[in-house]
Amino acid sequence: MTAFLRSLLAVVVGLALGLAFTGFAGENPLNVGRILFLSAFGSQYDVGMTLAAATPLVFTGLSVSLAFQAGLFNIGAEGQLAVGALAATLFALAFPSLPWPLAPLGAACAGFAGGAFWGFVPGWLLAKRGSHEVISTIMLNFIAAGVASYVVLYHVANPETSNPETRYVAESYRLSPLSAFPDTPASVAVFLALAAIPLVWVFLSKTPTGFDLRTLGASEAAALQSGARPARAKILALTLAGGLAGLVAVPEILGSAHRFRLGFSPDYGFMGIAVALLGRGHPLAVLPSALLFGALQKGTADLDFQTERVSRDIAAIIQAFVIAAVAADVLVDRVGIWGRTVLGKVFRSSSPDVDGTVKKGAA
Amino acid sequence: MPFNFRCRVEKQTSLRHFVRFMGPGLLQATVVIATLGLFTLAAPAAWGAPFRVGLVFDKGGKDDKSFNSAANLGANRAVKELGVQLKSVEANDTAASEPHLRNFARAKFDLIVAVGFSQADAMKKVAPQFAGQNFALVDAEVDSKNVRSLLFQEHEGSFLVGAIAGLTTKTNKVGFIGGMDIPLIRRFQMGYEAGVKHVNPKAQVVSNYVGVTGEAWNNPPKGKELAVAQYGGGADIIFGAAGATNMGLLDAAEEKKKFAIGVDSNQNGLKPGYVLTSMLKRVDVAVFDTIKSAKEGKFKGGVVRFGLADEGIDFAMDEHNKSLVTPAVLARAKALKSDIIAGKVKVPDFYERGARK
Repeated sequence: MTAFLRSLLAVVVGLALGLAFTGFAGENPLNVGRILFLSAFGSQYDVGMTLAAATPLVFTGLSVSLAFQAGLFNIGAEGQLAVGALAATLFALAFPSLPWPLAPLGAACAGFAGGAFWGFVPGWLLAKRGSHEVISTIMLNFIAAGVASYVVLYHVANPETSNPETRYVAESYRLSPLSAFPDTPASVAVFLALAAIPLVWVFLSKTPTGFDLRTLGASEAAALQSGARPARAKILALTLAGGLAGLVAVPEILGSAHRFRLGFSPDYGFMGIAVALLGRGHPLAVLPSALLFGALQKGTADLDFQTERVSRDIAAIIQAFVIAAVAADVLVDRVGIWGRTVLGKVFRSSSPDVDGTVKKGAA
Repeated sequence: MPFNFRCRVEKQTSLRHFVRFMGPGLLQATVVIATLGLFTLAAPAAWGAPFRVGLVFDKGGKDDKSFNSAANLGANRAVKELGVQLKSVEANDTAASEPHLRNFARAKFDLIVAVGFSQADAMKKVAPQFAGQNFALVDAEVDSKNVRSLLFQEHEGSFLVGAIAGLTTKTNKVGFIGGMDIPLIRRFQMGYEAGVKHVNPKAQVVSNYVGVTGEAWNNPPKGKELAVAQYGGGADIIFGAAGATNMGLLDAAEEKKKFAIGVDSNQNGLKPGYVLTSMLKRVDVAVFDTIKSAKEGKFKGGVVRFGLADEGIDFAMDEHNKSLVTPAVLARAKALKSDIIAGKVKVPDFYERGARK
């Protein structure tokens, strides 16, 4: 409960600071706060947009959370979701005549597999070669962006437009939009996101493999003693994390855009880190956390339109304040009381854990 | 207290007393109600309504000092001269354009202008859903009754600045830097090359592109890097058609003491003495005219083309480059301009080379 209250406090503090910042731009912070809320939940359309923004965040949030539980820091969700989305798109373009239930299912599996592969690589590098996952997952983000550009532009480009995007996927691949939220990208992919949350939770807390991952997260030595194989667990954790991020393909490609557009993700992968941090790595906490960041995403996107002085840059600063506050709160846990070798702690322990008390080095 | 308040109002007693006690609360309530009213966005239409224009910039952003800035200039002229109300936003990622257009449409703006070809898909989706409102799109064509597509004959202007470069170069080598590698910018390149060769068949043109995504419009460091490389390779004049990325080119020109040619807006004054001329693409005129006709109730959908004849396309001469372009060169460029208008000189168009449009 205290963990929940502290997360809540972190959000409130971050939001307050961010809104106070708009005061410098000459707006009334309270007014901006009200606009923020109404833009996120003010009408059915707004709620749909918020849901659409929250859905990919559920997947990336779960991705980062699952890795957290195994004591690993997955900063590669952005690259994993790109590869996943690309894989799903390529699958759809390769088998355009697949009938309806098989088509989206196959594309979703391709998305999961693509992301999983992009998670497996740093997992294998970590387990077998000792490469720190923070470094390798970040690097793989850039490679993913490059690969996506190359494939999209030189192999499956849409000849009908100058925009950097692929051809459209066939009708049978497209998920039905939610009729409650017309004109928004919200689709039935929302339900997949809702289902994924308890699945990941059950996997982590009720299965032997999940237990192995969590033991690894708590202490590698203990994991060895308990009979878990740390190397295998590390690879598995990052592979599954990558797969979850790859499922972003479902809402984004199958659910709304129906094609792969370069740069379609407004950093869902990195926001996923904030989502997971706010939920302290607990899979069930991803739901409220993703909703919050989805609302923030939609709300800040509208500030430029709804106010005189808040530009898109200041809107980004508001988001940054919330993320910084959430991250700072977790750091406070890890660093303990006043500045005991702050840097050493931060660098050694890259993995916040569920109850926020255990202090151990990740790699 | 609230009870008291109602009674007093009904009895019309002591207004002063009422204001003193209820004033602050009432003020707050009014503010809250007014703000809520604003957000439901029903209110403005009921105010007897200034003509409201919404403007959505593309990734280059409002201050790219080039393409988007030109649109901004035209819209602001309309604010001053026609008294319209203007609200502008920037679409910062691929998916942001549609919600922005929709926000404006839902808020019942009278005219909504999208700047840049990348917004065509969003426009195609949103405009038909709001048939009662008017839209305009710069640089791309959308076939809907309430959309005016503003297109430009970029190759003609590029031809003229190419001719100026071809006549001015001392090394017989000139450069071209395109932003995003798309047919629209290939059209600039092709016109430019043709212009250079038309007046100086010996001259060589080197071309580079900044990138293949929208980021290419907003990457001055890469623009500078390419420009430095081209200057280093012997080019002494570079034409940049790269949105905000052009700032990097202008920087390099100043640093290497060479010439650059600006694009879209008049960029002559950004680095005086180093900008030979600018190819003007009068997005400002197109936007202003569109706002004007919409305000006067004469808005019509369909394609409107701007070229040399109507000065929608031109090259910039002002006090900054008066001494850079010699009278002979200027005379030749002006002659070519009238020849193109008269159809005596045919400028090759990338769009007509079997290329996609």
